[in-house]
Amino acid sequence: MGERILEMENITVQFPGVLALDGVHFEAYRGEVNVLLGENGAGKSTIMKVLAGVNTGYTGTVRYKGEEIVCKSIHEQMGRGISIIFQETNLLGNLTVAENIFLGAYCTRKGGGVDWKRMNAGARRLLDSIGSDIPERAPVSSLSVGQAQMVEIAKALRTQADILIMDEPTSALTEKEVEGLFHIIAQLKAAGVAIVYITHRLKEILEIGDRLTVLRDGKSIKSLPVKGLTVDDMVELMVGRDVSEQFPRIPCTPGGAVLEVRGLTRAGVLHEVSFEARAGEIVCFYGLMGAGRTELMRAIFGADKYDGGQVLVDGKPVPARGCRAAKDAGIALLTEDRKRQGLILGDAVGRNIALTNLGGVMNRFGLSAKKEAAVCGALAQSVRVKTPSLRQPVGLLSGGNQQKVVIAKWLNTASRVVIFDEPTRGIDVGAKVEIYKIMNELKRQGKAVVMVSSELVEAIGMCDRMYVMHDGRITAQFDSPEGLTEEAIMKAAVATA
Amino acid sequence: MKDKLKTSRALHFDQLPILLALAALCVVMSVLSGDFLSQYNVVNILQQTTINATLAIGMTFVIITGGIDLSVGSILAFSGIFLGMMLKGGVPAPLAIVLCLLIGCACGLLNGALVAYAKLPPFIVTLGMLSIARGLALIIAGGKNNSTFSAGFRALGTYRIGGVLPIQVVFVIILYLAAHYVLRFRKAGRYLYAIGGNEEATRLSGVNVRRYVAAAYAACGLAAAFASVILTAKLNSAQPSAGDGFELNAVAAAVIGGASLSGGCGSASGTLLGALIMSVLANGLTLLNVSSYAQQVVIGAVIILAVLLDVVRKRKS
Repeated sequence: MGERILEMENITVQFPGVLALDGVHFEAYRGEVNVLLGENGAGKSTIMKVLAGVNTGYTGTVRYKGEEIVCKSIHEQMGRGISIIFQETNLLGNLTVAENIFLGAYCTRKGGGVDWKRMNAGARRLLDSIGSDIPERAPVSSLSVGQAQMVEIAKALRTQADILIMDEPTSALTEKEVEGLFHIIAQLKAAGVAIVYITHRLKEILEIGDRLTVLRDGKSIKSLPVKGLTVDDMVELMVGRDVSEQFPRIPCTPGGAVLEVRGLTRAGVLHEVSFEARAGEIVCFYGLMGAGRTELMRAIFGADKYDGGQVLVDGKPVPARGCRAAKDAGIALLTEDRKRQGLILGDAVGRNIALTNLGGVMNRFGLSAKKEAAVCGALAQSVRVKTPSLRQPVGLLSGGNQQKVVIAKWLNTASRVVIFDEPTRGIDVGAKVEIYKIMNELKRQGKAVVMVSSELVEAIGMCDRMYVMHDGRITAQFDSPEGLTEEAIMKAAVATA
Repeated sequence: MKDKLKTSRALHFDQLPILLALAALCVVMSVLSGDFLSQYNVVNILQQTTINATLAIGMTFVIITGGIDLSVGSILAFSGIFLGMMLKGGVPAPLAIVLCLLIGCACGLLNGALVAYAKLPPFIVTLGMLSIARGLALIIAGGKNNSTFSAGFRALGTYRIGGVLPIQVVFVIILYLAAHYVLRFRKAGRYLYAIGGNEEATRLSGVNVRRYVAAAYAACGLAAAFASVILTAKLNSAQPSAGDGFELNAVAAAVIGGASLSGGCGSASGTLLGALIMSVLANGLTLLNVSSYAQQVVIGAVIILAVLLDVVRKRKS
């Protein structure tokens, strides 16, 4: 075991309405790959953002090289030797590779001019050291995703890193590039760098991991050596928890297929996806981040174009002409990002609800304030939106109430299929249960309900049937909630790429 | 408590601060200058407001969607030149007016199509149109002005109801009533606000966003052509240099009236008040013998002040 370089103790992070980290403990050792494992939303990225100085609103102690430090800014942390490679690359496309690597620390000559020669040479040295032949003068926009990742790594290594955090570095890489990355990791280990590695790919952990820390719901569950573990062990560590939350499931007597999706394909995103949702059932889509679930729902709703396949509602093909056609065909999509895609935050509650069906609040002279108040008021009450008035700007409501406004807005249409994309993300437990109840009500009314969820417990707790996606494909289908195990679902979700 | 989910409409008039500002301005001006409240001067102010008010209402539609139209002054000139040529060429006045309005509308529609369908920035598209329409106006006119039209046509710009109220003021009032109706009581109006508030969310609500954005620019072009009809009749002349720089006054009127360039707010009543504030200010300063150079400084300051007050007010609430 190498020297313990980092100890994070009792780290707590509170986001509005959510306890993102709850007294987490994490250690990292020199010359080891310290793996962080956990479900979506378990807090992996959050704790690393604390360490990297990105997320400064935390409590707890961080001991680094034996001294207590406060993580205040990314710049300061880099100076200390703590570098992070983000999940999404943070490069500036118009600048060259060398400029990106030296961003914030350009080599300068006396008088302040940029010393291009020295900077380009420095970039070359760094790229060579990780075995990359990317030209240092190329603009980043001309690189592939994998190459951009290599630039990120070179950037992180510019300052002598003692701790290098990699947040899902392989998610966008080809197999060959992954191999190259592992080679670099081995080199860095040999040089005594402590690597913190976040991934969903369990096989990778067996390949390169030395030490495993498992997070679940913002708490640290266990820390143990990787040696001797199996994929099954890790899955169990990730999900094995007591199902204390209650899900108000109601019995399901499904009717005929309402939504049929046949061979939906979008190049590089969705591959021949086919499924159906019947009247009076809740169909869940589980998968890890980037599995293509949101993309699938957006394609069905006409928000994104697709290259092949067909969507049918009640046996009738839905023309691929955009959201308007999908809405008219009876599809409703409650997007995952309600602030940016679901609501007009500056607009009043009532106006937001009315937007999907203005025809319903008109009399023969035009929009009728009276009718609008009646219709929207009734809808808002039916989903129990808590708001001082319908005139209240929706941006001032809590997350749960905003979500209810989104639901009310779609209850305002004659929808046959209601798609909920992550309906309970970022809202408190009480509001979650209310949203489940609304879903049940829709189920009782004979609508087909489709729910995308990244929370396993929720998906299992609410679904009548489940599809699991990975890499733009449906990798498993479970036709009954009976005997559904988290292990089986997780296995389908992490199907090796 | 849940029973109280009603829209409380009592005493809700967003434009009250602007109305008060206009009233205060009138009071100050009438104290400073005895001529300000004379019938002659008041009518004069109204008449001076008509062109800017017409352009500004079209601009308001565009600004509500979060866009801007810099080409209205040029479209005014371009459609005006056409109008002048048609009248001179013996086309009956009613037909010439309709064709003129169609030309303005088409220019606006082209703007709108490029913004909505080709996804170009409104600033760039309409800046291009500013130059194109002005250039075309100059080419077609060949450097000459078309003037002296029939008395019937001139009456559109000169006739006074009861010998007092200029008829173009009535036109503008009708135009504003129509705009108010569309913005407040038609689907299209509601969609424009929604698009300005959050275009993506509006699209995902199943609204054909592109069509409505294009329509807003078309309406703006139409308003510019309407202004050209009034101006041509009033001046008894169609000039290729007409409307130069008018676009900025139109933006200013909308913004003083509470429209935000980031979209989602603005109103017909606000814009009308904004246009009136600008002409009252210009008129009052002229009565006070303030030079037109200094007037520019004052009007610029008022624009900034109006938006500053609005921002402060919104931040507080």
